[in-house]
Amino acid sequence: MNWMPSTVRHKLQDDLSEEIRLHIEERAEHLISEGMTPKEAQRQARLAFGNRTVIEERSREVWQWPTLESIWADMRIAARQLRRSPGFAIATVLTLALAIGANAVVFGMLNALILRPLNVPQAQSLYAIEHGSDYGFQSYPDYLDLRDRNRSFDSLAAFTATQVGLDTGKAPSRAFGYQTSGNYFDTLGIQPYLGRFFHGSDEHGVNSAPYIVLSYAYWHSHFQDDRGVVGRVVRLNKHPFTIIGVAPPQFRGTLLLFSPDFFMPAVNQEQLDGANNLNARGVRWVLEVVGHLKPGVTPAQAAGDLNSIGSYLAKTYPKEDGIKSFTLARPALYGDFLGRPARAFFAGLMLLAGLILLAACANLGSLFAARAADRSREVALRLALGSSRIRILRQLLTESVLLSLAGGVVGLAGSVVLLRWLSVWKPLPRFPFNAPVSPDAKVYLVAVALALVSGFLFGIVPMRQVFRANPYEIVKAGSSARLGRRMTVRDVLLVLQIAVCAVLVTSSIVAVRGLVRSLHSNFGFEPHNAMLIDTDLKMAGYTGDSVPAMQRRMIEAVETIPGVAQVASANATPLGGVAIKPAVFKDGATDLRQSNAAATAFQYSVSPHYFQAADTSLLAGRSFSWQDDSGAQHVAVVNREFARQVLGSVTDAVGRYFKMSDGTRVQVVGLVEDGKYMSLTEDPQAAMFLPVLQSPASQTFLLVRSKGDLGSDPQQLATAIRAKLHQLDTGLPVDTEMWIDDLDQAVMFAPRLATISLGVLGIMGAMVAITGIFGMAAYSVSKRLKELGIRVALGAQRTELLQAALGRPLKLLAIGSAAGLLLGLMATKVLAFIVYQATPRDPLVLAGVVLAMLLLGLVATWIPAQRALSVDPLKLLREE
Amino acid sequence: MKDNAARDLFPGALEMMILESLRRQPAHGYALVQHIQQRSNNLLQVEEGSLYPALQRLLKAKLVKAEWGVSATNRRVRTYQITASGLHHLELQISSFDRMFEGIALVLNPRKATTS
Repeated sequence: MNWMPSTVRHKLQDDLSEEIRLHIEERAEHLISEGMTPKEAQRQARLAFGNRTVIEERSREVWQWPTLESIWADMRIAARQLRRSPGFAIATVLTLALAIGANAVVFGMLNALILRPLNVPQAQSLYAIEHGSDYGFQSYPDYLDLRDRNRSFDSLAAFTATQVGLDTGKAPSRAFGYQTSGNYFDTLGIQPYLGRFFHGSDEHGVNSAPYIVLSYAYWHSHFQDDRGVVGRVVRLNKHPFTIIGVAPPQFRGTLLLFSPDFFMPAVNQEQLDGANNLNARGVRWVLEVVGHLKPGVTPAQAAGDLNSIGSYLAKTYPKEDGIKSFTLARPALYGDFLGRPARAFFAGLMLLAGLILLAACANLGSLFAARAADRSREVALRLALGSSRIRILRQLLTESVLLSLAGGVVGLAGSVVLLRWLSVWKPLPRFPFNAPVSPDAKVYLVAVALALVSGFLFGIVPMRQVFRANPYEIVKAGSSARLGRRMTVRDVLLVLQIAVCAVLVTSSIVAVRGLVRSLHSNFGFEPHNAMLIDTDLKMAGYTGDSVPAMQRRMIEAVETIPGVAQVASANATPLGGVAIKPAVFKDGATDLRQSNAAATAFQYSVSPHYFQAADTSLLAGRSFSWQDDSGAQHVAVVNREFARQVLGSVTDAVGRYFKMSDGTRVQVVGLVEDGKYMSLTEDPQAAMFLPVLQSPASQTFLLVRSKGDLGSDPQQLATAIRAKLHQLDTGLPVDTEMWIDDLDQAVMFAPRLATISLGVLGIMGAMVAITGIFGMAAYSVSKRLKELGIRVALGAQRTELLQAALGRPLKLLAIGSAAGLLLGLMATKVLAFIVYQATPRDPLVLAGVVLAMLLLGLVATWIPAQRALSVDPLKLLREE
Repeated sequence: MKDNAARDLFPGALEMMILESLRRQPAHGYALVQHIQQRSNNLLQVEEGSLYPALQRLLKAKLVKAEWGVSATNRRVRTYQITASGLHHLELQISSFDRMFEGIALVLNPRKATTS
């Protein structure tokens, strides 16, 4: 009857006892009136009634639900205790909310990206085929051989990502999709949401299946859920394709982070790409080959099976296929290409988040121990009065679990909001990349479990105190009788969390510094004050010779815009995220097998003036001109690393020759500086630049370098460029962007993510450490209030007072910070893999860490210091 | 097992008998025991104490209410009185008890049941 005031309950019990007493009395009187002696009557009456104690107990039980009620009572006591110190309660809940929220967010991402399989039937047996260094890439003929010759997979499907100009009757727009083998949907076991899918039986040779299947999201956003869309004809790169179906909402392809707009059969690849690669065994454009393993076949057996096909291919087609060693990987994160770093990253992040939670628990544990010590008199009294130690512990635990659950709920709510936002966030607005990390039941469960565990963890810290407590000693000696050793444990805990916090602060400062520096480092080109125009001439139907002709017209048109200094085109930009890296051979090589290559080099097809437009230093020789066309001698400009690896000499590289894998002899006419091509943290890479007329490509990036500083008004120039290009061809979709912004998004994504994560964790670590120091300082001040008062009365100065009150926490802060700084500097070696130029040898980092930790100490001890300074000895002495 | 005679009948039997007695007239605990024993021709030897947990359950469910007062024999007693919801509950209980009793009778004595 917990909702009744206790007075009512007591009355109920008094009533009952009285009633029973009267009952027995009445029975006895009745017996006496029947002639029994009073003594015998009393005995008989009691006998007839039965066991009075048991009956009273059972009657009382009616009014309560024993265990639940006592837990509820514990909770009410706990709530009352916490209401009495709202600052403590709020600080604890906030700390836990942050720590548990961080864990929930990190786990949510880990769960969605790594633990959760792809959303296809029987995802457990679905594998992607990888080989060696170029991961999943296959040529189409090799894929067919793998598909038809293997005995390990139910079936094998292939797909690659593609971008097209998609024309639904209005202006063509850029769309991203999959080119897939005909058996793609059947292999995965996906059923259409609307219409039908294409099948292996639809493939009858080149361009035989002009069908596309829309993704649900694209259908929803571009066709407004129009069910009549099936059967309509749209144009992909000017070629007609019939929409035959819509994929189900939960299916977004076999790559987790890339959500395609449509799916089309790869046999129609020529219509999109302008060249037929279906029979080119040396062209590895198939992104990934996936399939379900047959029941009972292990990945290792399947790899063995594939390896035997690989050696057959290498023997049969020595020019195109080297010996490969196949492995199987999960397709979702593009096999191990993203999978491995992602696993490492999230494992690291999870570890850090766990450490923060642990630090928070340690810190709250010591706060709880302090509180328990504060209440040692009360505990001792209760023990002396016969309360069981378990009962007291249970009450303390109820308090901590109540707090941790509150913190967990707040943290979980925050993390759900964050995860929902993250899963619709598009880090690269132009591309359909996003991470579907919506939380599921597992995330909720983990958060609640973490909350419970941490509640028990820090609730159990005062346990020893309670079990050790000797009621007699404590009541006799008062609250000042405390063992020195207990403080030591707490000291270690505090130093530990300050160190963890310092590690995080150090690594986040190092990461931020590296990030800032890497945007201003030398990439081998100058991304500032340049615009990047991104288009693909295929999207407007240009093929063959019309491609370079159009590119030249575009360059010449944009050059006429005032304020433009230099314009050039390239099929890809360094650090642009996409690059081909073919094998090249020494001039004397006659055996042009892959295994005999002198190097693999990034290959760029560029127009004249490219090096001026990109601001890449030409060290020797010449740049290209429009005379370097298909009829002339094949020429190339190479970087220093290429010269070193392939030509054997940097100083007299110009004039030398090398060979491409098709046997073409290429003369080196220029030498340029090394640069960054795929990632900022890569080792020096070989690169070659070929004239666009000798190596045409429809993918077009116009580099437009402005005369002055572009920073002020890039939009004006962008509008002018778009207008010019629109005059040339109204049907060509173009994107314009500052080169530095493009670079910023693409290259800086991973390091920025790492930096932000570290920064967030660093801030959390700092908050946890602040509560820890605050707790200890506040505790130390309140315990020594009397002593401080006496000191003031005896004429102590303010500094002496502060030293007495806060010396210990500040000393611990110094020790912890120093240890953390050292550890953090060591940890940044790991960071250097993600963030370019993340080096701890940087005075700013040191100064930053010291400043941050000082600030932290100041914030944490401010209130206790104020309290210590405002000690009034008179008031204190009067209170005792 | 005199101990639990009333409880061994079936759960709720004692409560039902208490309610039935109170329906006829309000009474205090002792009178209730007397009444039930007399009415059952002393077949049901209810342990007197076991009445009280049952009364507490009825009180909690608000099927009866209790009041301190003075009895006809000038004793201080706590008199129980059936409430409206108690009456309703009792009717439901009796009808379901009747049905149950009928069922039991059918199982124990099928021939008699089919002839009737």
